[in-house]
Formats: sequence, structure tokens, C-alpha cells
Amino acid sequence: MKPAVFDYVRVNSLDEAIEALARYEGEAKVLAGGQSLVPLMNFRLSRPGVLVDINDLAEMAGVRDLGHALAIGSMTRHQQLVNNDFIRERLPILPRVASYIGHWAIRNRGTLGGSVAHADPAAELPALLTALQATIVMRSPRGERRLLAERFFLGYYSTRLDWDEIITEIEIPFPASSPGFYEVARRAGDFALVGALAERGTSGGFVTWFGLGGRPERMALPAWTAHEEERRQLLRELAGKLDLPSEEEYKRTIAVSVAGRAMADAEGGN
Amino acid sequence: MAVEQRIGLTLWVNGKEHLLEASPRWSLADVLRHQIGLTGTHVGCEQGVCGACTVLLDGQPTRSCLMFAIQAQGHEITTVEGVTPTEGLSPLQQSFQSHHALQCGFCTPGILLTAEALLADNPTADEEEIRAALSGNLCRCTGYQFIVDAVLAAREQRRDA
Ligand SMILES: Cc1cc2nc3c(=O)[nH]c(=O)nc-3n(C[C@H](O)[C@H](O)[C@H](O)COP(=O)(O)OP(=O)(O)OC[C@H]3O[C@@H](n4cnc5c(N)ncnc54)[C@H](O)[C@@H]3O)c2cc1C
Ligand code: FES
Ligand code: FES
Repeated sequence: MKPAVFDYVRVNSLDEAIEALARYEGEAKVLAGGQSLVPLMNFRLSRPGVLVDINDLAEMAGVRDLGHALAIGSMTRHQQLVNNDFIRERLPILPRVASYIGHWAIRNRGTLGGSVAHADPAAELPALLTALQATIVMRSPRGERRLLAERFFLGYYSTRLDWDEIITEIEIPFPASSPGFYEVARRAGDFALVGALAERGTSGGFVTWFGLGGRPERMALPAWTAHEEERRQLLRELAGKLDLPSEEEYKRTIAVSVAGRAMADAEGGN
Repeated sequence: MAVEQRIGLTLWVNGKEHLLEASPRWSLADVLRHQIGLTGTHVGCEQGVCGACTVLLDGQPTRSCLMFAIQAQGHEITTVEGVTPTEGLSPLQQSFQSHHALQCGFCTPGILLTAEALLADNPTADEEEIRAALSGNLCRCTGYQFIVDAVLAAREQRRDA
């Protein structure tokens, strides 16, 4: 199908974008990479009256080193996350995880900010940001607002982003040790059926699952063990606490295996 | 409710400038096909999954069904017509023919463009890298082995050239 009629506004600055969203009072949507919004519009599941195209905002793409964290512009494309030498060196888990998003052509267009705003429960980046306790930075006519990822994501495709807010940047703190990652998908490039990130702490650690329920969940692991059976038992208990709709019940077993592999990956075992 | 408008656009396609009028809601794929007449760009799913509409935007594979034509202003667009010589076939196309890497040909333009971009980007791409790059292009008839064989052979040929 084809999208419904809309007015198109191409902006040259963040201020202009914020002003445009305010002017159309909730009728307008931001157009970033279009890799989630345009399919919805093509099927008329979304019919925004106005699109505010922010693709010319070069100042919203790129990376800054804050010392304790990387600040990455919301218009940074997924493939730029994969290719950027600085990110590869300073935060190697980010390019690794981003390389699992869709296909090359999708990554060439899709953006970090778009993935965060869209909040697909099976998306890789929201999960990584939750695991690493990243901060989402937003701007609106009221000024700047900052929220931790775990507060920002609410559930299925829903976040705390207000209709007149634009995500400008994401601050990702450097983890103490590199987390492990694993996901299962039915075909290369598909959204994950289930995925997990595992971070090793001083005694226990954390597991962040995605593709399960409405949003990524970061859960504390009481102990970290390399013993296969004990590990499965711990993960089974943890997965038992996940609040899942009945049609996703079958994923609990997959979640245990996936998290086990993410833990092995964190140990350098994969 | 917005009223449909036509907006004047300038698009650079295959090294040529095109002046046209389009509605903002028209996809780049539809404008290439219906306004410019470049029907080598195919439209399958209109949701980014099949890859039939893949074109190069400033040299990088991009879904033309997920981009509005109005957004493509200021960029260089390459379609399958742009990688086809006026006479005969390109070496990659030749390799597709000799390896039987197509049947109905619906997927072929998107696959050729993705493979051209891959070999330009990474002339030593190995089989695994070729498969990863082509994972976003579905083929419903040929099977992927012949397609991968054709790209591998074209890579070898480029290396020798
Ligand atoms: C075939 C296919 C496969 C895919 N596979 C995966 C996958 O495996 N994993 C995965 O994670 N994703 C996948 N995606 C989705 C992809 O990652 C998208 O890029 C991403 O979800 C949205 O980013 P975008 O820049 O394209 O946003 P858009 O589509 O432009 O926008 C999405 C939403 O976010 C809003 N928005 C965008 N940017 C901002 C901003 N800066 N501030 C406020 N609001 C904003 C828009 O208004 C819209 O509501 C896939 C997509 C396709 C088509
Ligand atoms: S038509 Fe664009 S990806 Fe299928
Ligand atoms: S040759 Fe028919 S879809 Fe690929």
C-alpha cells in the first residue's frame, strides 16, 4: 500500500525541528531513518499529518568522549555504529550488537535515536542501553530532559518521550568489564526471538533480556558460576520472574539458554 | 488533514539530473519507476524486508520503498540501469548469467546493486561476508548458492583485472 497524504517539513537545525513539532501540536512525527516509521505508514498503521525530516541535522550524528561515557548523537546510523573506529576501540560491545540489526541496507539508514524512540521489545539497542544504564537526552520547548534507559522504556513500543520532544543524544557509560551478548533469530537480520546481555559483577552480575514481554529487563544475578548445571538453575529461577504473556511462555526455556551463552560470551568462552 | 500537494524536485539518478513534480508521500521506488521510467527497481514488500527495491544512495545500499523521493534530493542515486553498460552486460551481470544466478529476475536488480556496493567497499569479501551482505535480499526461485557463486567469481575476476 501507499502512505496517506502528509505535509513534509525538512529542518536545518534542532531548534527548527522542536519549533515544528510544537507548531503542529501532536499532528507531526519526526522522520529519522524511516526504517520503522515508513513501513507503518506504507501499511497505514501510522498516518501522521506532518513529517518533520531531521536527516539534515549533521550535528546530531557522531560521537563525543565524556571520559566516563560516550555521548552518541541520535542521528548516528546503525552502520556508523558498526564502522566507527573510535567506538570500536572504546565501546566494542556497541558495534558488535549493532551489527545484528536488520540488514546492511536497513543499517545504512536506521538511526540510534529512531531505534530508541520506536522501542521495539525485540530491538538490540534499547536492550544494550538498558544493560549499560545509558541516559537518553531529549529536548523540547521546555528545555533538556535526561532519563535512564530503564526509566525511559515503558513497554511495547512505548516510552516516556513526549510528543514534542526530540532525542538528541545517548550517553553510554563505559562498563567495568565488557558484557557478553547472544541472540537467536529465525533468519539472519530478523528481529531477535530472544536475546540477552550478561555483565559480570564482583560476585554476581546482571542479565538483560530482550524479545521477552514489552521491554528489555535488567535483572540481578545473585551469583556468577561457570558450572553449567548451576548456571542453568540460577537462570531458570531468574527467568521464572519474567512477566510474560501466555503466547510467549515457550520463550522462557530459550531465555535460559540464550542468557547462558551470553554469560559464556562475557567470559570470553564464545 | 493535509491536502495532497505536488512539489518540484531535482533528483540525480545514474549521473543524470531529473526535474519532476512529486507528492511528498511518493516513495523513491515509485518515483524512479513511474515518473522517471526506470523500472529496473522492483517493489515487493514495501516494508524493507525483501530487498527488491534496493538502490544505491551515495554508493550505499538503501531501500527505496522506505525513503520518500523528496528526501533523496541532494544525494546521488544509482539504480540497476546505472550499473548496466549501454551495450552488453557488466562483469557482475555476466557472472550472474554464466552461473545461472537468476530465474524470474525479480530480486536480481537489488542483489546486483548490493553486490556491486559490497565489492566496491570490500574487494576481498569472503563467502561469509557476501552471504551476510546479501541476507537482506530475498530470492524466491534461484536458491542462494548460485548467487553467491556468481559474486565470488566476479570478485576473482576483478582481482585479476
Ligand atoms: C527489514 C527490517 C529489519 C529490521 N531489523 C531490525 C532488527 O533486527 N533489530 C532492530 O533493532 N531493528 C530492526 N529494524 C528497525 C531499525 O532498527 C530501525 O532503524 C529503527 O527501529 C528505527 O530507526 P529509524 O531511524 O529508522 O526511525 P524512524 O523509522 O524514522 O522513526 C521511528 C519512530 O521514532 C521516532 N523518532 C525517530 N528519531 C527520533 C528522535 N531523534 N527523537 C524523537 N523521536 C524520534 C519517529 O517519529 C518514529 O515514531 C528493522 C527494520 C526493517 C525494515
Ligand atoms: S520493496 Fe523495498 S524491501 Fe521489499
Ligand atoms: S530469481 Fe526469482 S526471485 Fe530471485
